[in-house]
Amino acid sequence: MPENAVEVRGLVKRFGDFHAVDDVSFEVSRGEIFGFLGPNGAGKSTTIRILCGLLSPTAGEARVGGYDVATEAEQVKENIGYMSQKFSLYDDLAVEENIDFFSGVYGVRREIRETRKEYVLKMAGLENRRGDMTRLLAGGWKQRLALGCAILHEPPILFLDEPTSGVDPIARRTFWDLIYQLAEAGNTVFVSTHYMDEAEYCHRIALMYRGRIVALGAPAELKRSLNLPSMEDVFISRIEEEERRTA
Amino acid sequence: MTFRRYRAVAKKEFLHILRDWRSLFAALAMPLVLLLLFGYALTLDVDRIATYVYDQDGTPESRELVERFRGSRYFDVLAMVGDYQTVERGIDTSRILLGVVIPNDFSSNVLSGKEADVQLLLDGSDSNTASLALGYAEGLMQMYALEVQNRAQNQKGMGHPGPAVDARIRVWYNSELQSKNYIVPGLIAVILMIIAALLTSLTIAREWENGTMEQLLSTPLRPAELLLGKLSAFFVLGLVDTVIAIFVGVVVFEVPLRGNPLFLLAASSIFLFGALCWGILISTVARSQLMAYQMGILSSFLPAFLLSGFVYAIENMPPVIRLLTYIIPARYFVTILKGIFLKGAGPEVLWGPLALLCVYAAVVFFLATKRLRQKVA
Repeated sequence: MPENAVEVRGLVKRFGDFHAVDDVSFEVSRGEIFGFLGPNGAGKSTTIRILCGLLSPTAGEARVGGYDVATEAEQVKENIGYMSQKFSLYDDLAVEENIDFFSGVYGVRREIRETRKEYVLKMAGLENRRGDMTRLLAGGWKQRLALGCAILHEPPILFLDEPTSGVDPIARRTFWDLIYQLAEAGNTVFVSTHYMDEAEYCHRIALMYRGRIVALGAPAELKRSLNLPSMEDVFISRIEEEERRTA
Repeated sequence: MTFRRYRAVAKKEFLHILRDWRSLFAALAMPLVLLLLFGYALTLDVDRIATYVYDQDGTPESRELVERFRGSRYFDVLAMVGDYQTVERGIDTSRILLGVVIPNDFSSNVLSGKEADVQLLLDGSDSNTASLALGYAEGLMQMYALEVQNRAQNQKGMGHPGPAVDARIRVWYNSELQSKNYIVPGLIAVILMIIAALLTSLTIAREWENGTMEQLLSTPLRPAELLLGKLSAFFVLGLVDTVIAIFVGVVVFEVPLRGNPLFLLAASSIFLFGALCWGILISTVARSQLMAYQMGILSSFLPAFLLSGFVYAIENMPPVIRLLTYIIPARYFVTILKGIFLKGAGPEVLWGPLALLCVYAAVVFFLATKRLRQKVA
């Protein structure tokens, strides 16, 4: 495992004339909680999808866990866990059946399958609801189950694309506790969000706007350098400056 | 290719099938309903043709001819009428298909061995039925004329010359010439094609719509593992449908099954696999379930129905269309089904179409995996 979990250099993704990702470069070191902040359509999801091997980049290079996402997608996929914006477990399967399915798909070894399943059930607080249909779960539980299914194979790097959208504040708080636990265990967590308070929880954040990174650094550092009280102010001032620059 | 990943997908698909009991019920009822519907509606046998007779002659000879019409299972003499207008009106109002007009010189012509004309008025708006009716009527009258002439000659003491040629006809494979015997096996092919394509055409589109596809694509799961896992689950369902269809054909329609039932099942499996792959290919092309459903119906039902040769003989099609039939898998399966059902043929005779079905299945499976891989990138 190299020093940096994620390395991105000059990444570009075009859809026709539209530059969804426009020359983006950054690094994420191991064990870091790296936040991707920005309004809808800024290119956060597109970048994450490229890093997960779901989209191929138009230009530039991206390495995840030391593997090139364009040419070594198979190895990349074995080292990552991904949680998309949309809830993506099977509603018509029971909690346990969803876990068993992803366990099989990720190729979790037979000997540790039961322990991993119990770990995920405990983490999601679903030990007593393992036989329930997934569609019957409330938002927060669904979210935690989805996270659990994405980490069954103990991936060193996690990509969470707006994992807490549409979840109540308490469930969000619980979710972030889980993210901290995972980071403390040595995992790299790459998380996108548009909640400003969540930005404060990250070790470092990248502010994305119109396909570009307009600010990068630790939240405290960013606030200090611009002499602004909150992340929200940082966000607005950077975007206004970007608007002036391109106008 | 890892067995563990394949098995996880197959198991999940089985659960989907079992949980969605409405679709499961529809999938199992479909062969029964379609076979009964098409089997009874699609009879090509013409019998009990509604007929009026206008007998101008009124002699023992003409009455005997009318009795022949009455005695035949092909005709149903609804009434004896006294004028042309009634016959014409009967055809215009579709009450009858055939009007038989016997002229007043009929018996004298018959007895003297001259040509005895009988006028047949037919409703030609359904040309197929009309020409069949015409054929039956002509045959009946020729038989009758021959007999009457023979009798007349016997009475004159000229002995029994008999007809010059006495053809003894023996029809092989479908000796009663019942259309159901060749329609039902062909129908099984058409129905399996529809069911198989419909079963699988939704499966990938559904994963896209629910957002689960994106999740699957982020895992190490390979396209071939995903497809084979899905195919296995639907294959079991399709095989149950096949058994139901064959059972209905043999028990309800009493189609003779002369060949080896195990060989029939094996050949059906090959066809089924190809048809399921076709549904999957559609599913990878269409992103919405609705579009997949429509494409599935159109691309499976129409070619299988029109171009497989199950009712409409391929030899009678224009050359371009005939060429087109070579890429329709149902064409080969219809040949195989008719061969096994009616002729009792085995693999030594049917290896050609069987091999082509294998090629079809392999090509479509390859295209579907390729297509899925393209979508991943």
